[in-house]
Amino acid sequence: MHTKKRTSAGYLIFVYILCVFLAVLSIFPFWVMLVNATRSTTEIQQHAVSLLPSKFLMNNWKILWGKSFDPIRGFMNSMIISVFATACSVYFSTLTAYGIVVYNWKLRRAFFTFIMAVMMIPGQVVMIGFYQMVYKVGLTNNLLMLILPAIQAPAMVFFMRQYMLPALSLEIVQSARIDGAKEFYIFNRIALPIMKPAIATQAIFSFVTNWNNLFAPLVLLTDQKNYTMPIMVSLLKGDIYKTEFGSIYLGLSLTVLPLFVVYFLLSKYIIAGVALGSVKG
Amino acid sequence: MKQKKLSYAKYGYFFCIPFTVAFLIFQLYPVLYTAVIGFTGLKGVGKTITDPGMGILWGDLFKNFKTVLTNGSFRTAFKNTWLIWGINFVPQVLLALLLAAIFTSTRSKIKGQGFFKVVFYMPNIITAATIAILFASFFGYPMGPMNDIFTTLGLSDGPIYFLQSKTTAKGVVAFIQFWMWYGYSMIVFISGILGISPDIFEAAEVDGATRFQQFIHVTLPNLRTIMLFSLVTSLIGGLQMFDIPQLFIVKSGPDNATLTTSCFIYNQAFSGSYMYNRAAAASMIMFLIICLCSAVLFYLMRDKDEVALHKIVKQQEKEYKKKLKLEKQGGRA
Repeated sequence: MHTKKRTSAGYLIFVYILCVFLAVLSIFPFWVMLVNATRSTTEIQQHAVSLLPSKFLMNNWKILWGKSFDPIRGFMNSMIISVFATACSVYFSTLTAYGIVVYNWKLRRAFFTFIMAVMMIPGQVVMIGFYQMVYKVGLTNNLLMLILPAIQAPAMVFFMRQYMLPALSLEIVQSARIDGAKEFYIFNRIALPIMKPAIATQAIFSFVTNWNNLFAPLVLLTDQKNYTMPIMVSLLKGDIYKTEFGSIYLGLSLTVLPLFVVYFLLSKYIIAGVALGSVKG
Repeated sequence: MKQKKLSYAKYGYFFCIPFTVAFLIFQLYPVLYTAVIGFTGLKGVGKTITDPGMGILWGDLFKNFKTVLTNGSFRTAFKNTWLIWGINFVPQVLLALLLAAIFTSTRSKIKGQGFFKVVFYMPNIITAATIAILFASFFGYPMGPMNDIFTTLGLSDGPIYFLQSKTTAKGVVAFIQFWMWYGYSMIVFISGILGISPDIFEAAEVDGATRFQQFIHVTLPNLRTIMLFSLVTSLIGGLQMFDIPQLFIVKSGPDNATLTTSCFIYNQAFSGSYMYNRAAAASMIMFLIICLCSAVLFYLMRDKDEVALHKIVKQQEKEYKKKLKLEKQGGRA
C-alpha cells in the first residue's frame, strides 16, 4: 500500500509538470502577441519578449491603419462569408439527411453510399478548375462563389444522418401528416428543432473553418475590397511592415480576437463536438 | 398502404436535389475541368482553354504530367510534404495517446482536466495564416522573441538566423502542425477510450496490471480503428498543407526547404508565368494519391452492421420467394 502511494506521487508530479508545460506552450505565443501589440517597435527591438503590456496600442493602430490593412473591412467580408456559408451548410445538410432518413426511395442506399464516397474528396487540390470555371463566368471577386459551395458538405450530411436516425421518430412525422402538414413544413417546423444540438455543433466548426480559410479566397478574391481576414493577415508579411513590429502584432491580434471570444464562450460544446464527430468509425 | 408510401418517396428525391446540384457544379465539374486543363497548353494570366493556342495538346497528351514529374521543385515539394507530415504526425499521436491515457485513467483523477483540454485544443481553431506569421516573427532575425530568449538564457552569444537552416525551417513548420493538432488527436483518442467497456479495464486492474501494461495490452488494441481513422484524415489534410508553409518563410525558405505540393500548385498557377496547365497536372497527381488514401478510409468506415443487415434482408427475401415458388409449384401439382 505504502509503495503504491509513493509511485503514485511521482506519477502525479510528472503528469502535472507535463500538463502545465503544454499549457504554457499553448498560451505563451498568444500572450507575447497580445502584449507586443501594445509595445513600440523600439521596445520590441530591445527585448522582444515581455510579459507586461506597454502603452503604444494607439500608436500601433495608427501605423497599421495607415497602410492598407483594413481590419474592419476584412472582418465584415469574413463575417459575411462565414455566416452565410455556415447557414447554407447546416440547412442543406440537414435537409439532405432528412431526405435519406425519412423517405424510402429507390436510390436511397446508393445515394448514401455516394455521399460516403465523396466525403473525403480533397477540394483544395482542384482549385485550378474551380478558378477557371468561376473566371469564365466572370464571378471572381464575388463572395457568393465562396458561400454557395457550402451547400454540399458530405461529411456534415453524414454526421446529421447519424444524429437523426435515433433522434427523429418517424411516428412524429406520420402524425404531423395526419394533421395535414406538408412535407416541407414538417421538416422546417418539426425536424429542424429536434436537430438543434447537432446543428449547433456543426455550425461552430463550419464557421471556424470558413473564417480560417485562406486558399480559396486567396485564389478568387483579387480586389482589395473583398479581402478576408486571413488574406489581410498575409499582407502583414509584406515589405511595408518590415520594421513596424508593434503594428504587425496588433494586426495578428485583431484577426484572432473574434476566435478567442467564440472559443472561450463555446469551448465546452466545441470539445464535445470534436469527441462526437470522431466516434463514427 | 403501399400506394401511400410510394407517393411520399418522391420527396426523398426533392430533398436531395440542392445537395446534388451544388455537388455537380462546385465539386465534380472543377475536378473534371482540372483534369482537362492538365492536358492543355493553358497558361498566362486571364486565359481560358477556349483561347487560341490554349487547347488540348494532342501531339503530346501527357506533356504537362511529364514536365511536372521530372520537375526538381515538384520532387522537392513532394518529399517535403511527406517529410513534414511525418515529423509532425508521429510525435503528435504519441503525445495525444499519452495525454488521453492520463486523462481517462480511473486510478488517479487529474485536477483541472477541463482547463487543460480547452487550452491544448485552442491552437487548432486559430487561423493558420495568423499562426504562420506569428511564428515567423518569433524566429525573426536579428531581434525576434526566440533570439531574445536564447541570449537572455545565455544559450547563444549573438543573434542566430534560425530560418537560414533548412532543418530548422522544416522542423519549425512541422512543429507548428504538431502544436496545432495534438490537442485534436487527444480529444479524439479520449472519446475512443471512453467508448471501451470499463469492465475490461477493471479486469486488468484486478489482475494486477500496471498502468503501462494496461495501456499496451488493453487501451492500444481497442483504439486501433480510431487510430487508423486519424492516420488517414491527418494524411489527407497533411498532403494539402498550404497556409503555414506558404506564409511562414518568404519563397519557401532556403533551397525550397518548406515548399509543399499545395504551395507548388499555387505558385505555378497564380504567380510568375501562370502555368495553369502544369499546376493542374500536379493537382491531378495529388488528387489521385489522396483519393487512394480516402478509399482506404472509406473501406474502414463502412457501416459493417448495416452491410450485414442488408445481406440478411436480401437472403430472407430470396428464401421467401423460393417458398412462394415452391408453394405455387405445389399448388399446381
